[in-house]
Amino acid sequence: MELYELTLKQAKELIAQNPAKQSELRESLSKRVQAVDPKIKAYINFTPHPNLPPQRGEGKSTISHISSPLAGEDKGGGILFGIPISIKDNIVTTGWETTCASKILKGFVPPYDATVVRKLKQAGAYIFGKCNMDEFAFGSSCETSCYGPTHNPWNLNYVPGGSSGGSAAAVAGGLAIAALGSDTGGSIRQPASFCGVVGLKPTYGRVSRYGLIAFGSSLDQIGPLTKTVEDSAILLNVLAGHDERDSTSADVPVPDYATFLGKDVKGLKIGLPKEYFVKGLDPEVEKAVKQAVQIFQDLGAAVVEVSLPHMKYAVAVYYIVAVAEASSNLGRFDGVQYGFRAESQNLKEMYFETRNQGFGDEAKRRILLGTFVLSAGYYDAYYLKGLKVRTLIKQDFDEAFKKVDVILGPTAPTPPFKIAEKLNDPLSMYLSDIYTISANLAGVPAMSVPCGFSSKDLPIGMQLTAKPFEEGTLFRAASAYEAATNWHERRPSL
Amino acid sequence: MSEYEPVIGLEVHVQLKTQSKIFCGCSTEFGAEPNSNTCPVCLGLPGSLPVLNQRALELAIKVGLALECTVSNRIKFDRKNYFYPDLPKAYQISQYDMPVASKGHLVIEVPPHPSLPPQRGEGKSAIKGNAGISHVSSPLAGEDQGGGEVPKGNQLIPKKIEITRAHLEEDAGKLLHEGVRDGSWVDYNRAGVPLLEIVSEPDLRSPDEAFQYLTGLKSILQYLDVSDCNMEQGSLRCDANISVREKGDSKFGIKVEVKNMNSFRAVQKAVAYEIKRQVEATQAGERIAQETRLWNESKSQTFSMRSKEHAHDYRYFPEPDLVPFTVSSKQIEQIKKSLPELPQARIQRFKKQFELSGYDAYVLVSDKPLGDYFEACMNERISAKLSSNWIQSELLGELNARKLSLRESKVGPKDLAGLIRLIENNTISGKIAKEVLPEMLETGKSAETIVKEKGLVQVTDTKLLEEIADRVIQANPKTADEVRAGKAQAIGFLVGQVMKETKGKANPKLINDILSKKLSN
Repeated sequence: MELYELTLKQAKELIAQNPAKQSELRESLSKRVQAVDPKIKAYINFTPHPNLPPQRGEGKSTISHISSPLAGEDKGGGILFGIPISIKDNIVTTGWETTCASKILKGFVPPYDATVVRKLKQAGAYIFGKCNMDEFAFGSSCETSCYGPTHNPWNLNYVPGGSSGGSAAAVAGGLAIAALGSDTGGSIRQPASFCGVVGLKPTYGRVSRYGLIAFGSSLDQIGPLTKTVEDSAILLNVLAGHDERDSTSADVPVPDYATFLGKDVKGLKIGLPKEYFVKGLDPEVEKAVKQAVQIFQDLGAAVVEVSLPHMKYAVAVYYIVAVAEASSNLGRFDGVQYGFRAESQNLKEMYFETRNQGFGDEAKRRILLGTFVLSAGYYDAYYLKGLKVRTLIKQDFDEAFKKVDVILGPTAPTPPFKIAEKLNDPLSMYLSDIYTISANLAGVPAMSVPCGFSSKDLPIGMQLTAKPFEEGTLFRAASAYEAATNWHERRPSL
Repeated sequence: MSEYEPVIGLEVHVQLKTQSKIFCGCSTEFGAEPNSNTCPVCLGLPGSLPVLNQRALELAIKVGLALECTVSNRIKFDRKNYFYPDLPKAYQISQYDMPVASKGHLVIEVPPHPSLPPQRGEGKSAIKGNAGISHVSSPLAGEDQGGGEVPKGNQLIPKKIEITRAHLEEDAGKLLHEGVRDGSWVDYNRAGVPLLEIVSEPDLRSPDEAFQYLTGLKSILQYLDVSDCNMEQGSLRCDANISVREKGDSKFGIKVEVKNMNSFRAVQKAVAYEIKRQVEATQAGERIAQETRLWNESKSQTFSMRSKEHAHDYRYFPEPDLVPFTVSSKQIEQIKKSLPELPQARIQRFKKQFELSGYDAYVLVSDKPLGDYFEACMNERISAKLSSNWIQSELLGELNARKLSLRESKVGPKDLAGLIRLIENNTISGKIAKEVLPEMLETGKSAETIVKEKGLVQVTDTKLLEEIADRVIQANPKTADEVRAGKAQAIGFLVGQVMKETKGKANPKLINDILSKKLSN
């Protein structure tokens, strides 16, 4: 077994036994990236910016293009000591160019670390590289990146999902031990499903957003993409918690998520929303998810039907609320302070040309939509109404969770689709997130876990959803399922 | 021809006196090296998030309570979206539909008839930026105790100006164009400084009322100690909304917004100019354009900046990065209890405790340092009326002539009280006192020392004065005869001659008595 194949847990154990192994791990991983990433294109870069002084402990690497761990920080003590973590390129990292896969941010090297990055470093981990994504996280296929698409490690003709497609593909392809993604409407879970890895979107407020370049501020959450459920729990233990720099982060105690692993699911009540299993759901996905339901039943869980009556409005509401916030959040990319600035004769031209040349089509589409729904005369009809329906969607979950502990369903309506298949059909692309979006609107935690493969040998994931701040319940259910199956052990041959 | 009436509302931006900015920990210090007081949050760097400075909120609530507003229990922020290089996030965090305070009022003092403004001695005030309700310029000459006299008939009537709202928001940065080739510089030190925008109803009816409103508002802010209120440093800014209508009309005319005034006087002048412009245009049959105009101080005119047809759609929506939260009524009650004595209450107290006229009390109280100065004088147990007059006309007049503020004065309340005490016990005349005061201001010596050094003690020796009077009568037989013949005014000349002989040290009333007695025989 190659070291790059290790799970986070295994890598931890390896380094705990022999700290010198961390450079072997780094070497193995970087060789893998050099060999395979030209095909996958999971990374935007894995080199800190040369113009900035190396961070403490960094720059001592024997391999030139990879940073070394923060050796001085946490000598062996940190629970992630010596572990390389890959970071989605919309999370700011001191000294690393951070672009959101957009031309408009090219050259932007943040002078500060996101809270999650700071926490990872404090735990002894180091940044391995920055992962490709849909531009500003606008997309479900990782094709809108200004650097070009990322390819699915299971079949290079297929998309890895998005927007955290680079993070998911890196983990699935053995190009990362674990990665961080962000999820606004499914951007962690849907690529996790497409790449056959575990992806967790925590409760809104569970993980600090400080340093996450905002898309939809009221929906965004950072979360882990990992090879196993256990790895996900290990990472969430590091990431979760109140941050005084983020007013929307919750001051709710963080349990040790590892304590939820390896438990049985006897008596666990699992809800199947009747609205989930309808027309539009791919039969292969439906079959895989139903088989998973059977496994849970075999393990002693009780399965009941629930209803999420307002789910049918979720995609519509999402494309009002998320784009409204996005249009405002992206205003700051104007060429004044940082990133790309177009040649121009005057201020107006600078704005127009910088944004015209700097943003891709999907970003422009969403900025236009968002600007429209917030405009005088339309605000009440769209944004305000959207907020009301959002409340109803949240109430649906509240009602359902009175009856069940976990809601189970497909993560995406289909297995991975082909590159370019939906790129010019935004509506069908948007529907790719139909099962994931409502968790963001309601703020509840949800996780995608591998649950099978399609006839084309492409991964299928199921989604588990729990009450706010009950990520522990997700870990309990997912780890029991994982123990009873071996989907997570399968790796693509590259 | 019809008579026109102006309708004026003011929007005042006040910089709240906090150590750090409203959404980050950066210093609010004025005049620092450009862009030195900045961080990822106030620079609006991607990924940064705002955290509310609780102190700014507390100060805003204080102002709300002092203006008798309803203070909102629910604190919510909104984004105001627009593009400008001084606005790092391309939106300003502000409050749209739920301001921290709303529906209050401010009482201003206005003359009973708007066409008769109170007399003001322009520039008489020694306090920067507060040309205030001013002190009367000419003390009546020859008064025995000096200190001038505030004219009677200056009755002021209180008028309530409704406050629409007061909301919290962040300031933008500052663009620098001058001396920059091929572009402009941006200084973000000011970005994120806490502002309270205070909006009045269109209740003001004259440039003077606008001036009174600003003075009254500044006075309250000074008493609360929530702002430096320095227009030159930008810690207080004012925009005016002005329209005119035919008198008696209940509908408002078309509103013009005027910006770029850098003093209360400038506001007054800009409003006056704009009223005149609008009335003349209306009389000429022109339609007033709804627009924003800029005041040009050197030209004393307003110029069109942009028409409202090009107005921004700010696309306000709730700020998702700041979760709305509740301020308990108990907290608000606690802040209310911590409020200091406010100008209106102090005016009433001064009237009652020191038996001052409403006008005197108003003038002294309007500027907090002045009121404090007066109260300190009162601790020296001297006449309130005399102190009030001496402070208002002589002290402020002398300070102003030297371009000094009250704080810079070498004559403190105890020193002034020392001077007034010499008048009260007839050691010197008011006239001499007026010579002593400038000396005190120059040298910092006490009144007693100056009087002693210069031998200015008043001559009260009747025998000596009678001798001088006799000499004067002898030297001026013609005038003496006129007095004897009943031409009473003529005695003034003789009094003057005696004063001259005594180098002004005699008590004029005493001389008058002596001369009258001698010439009535």
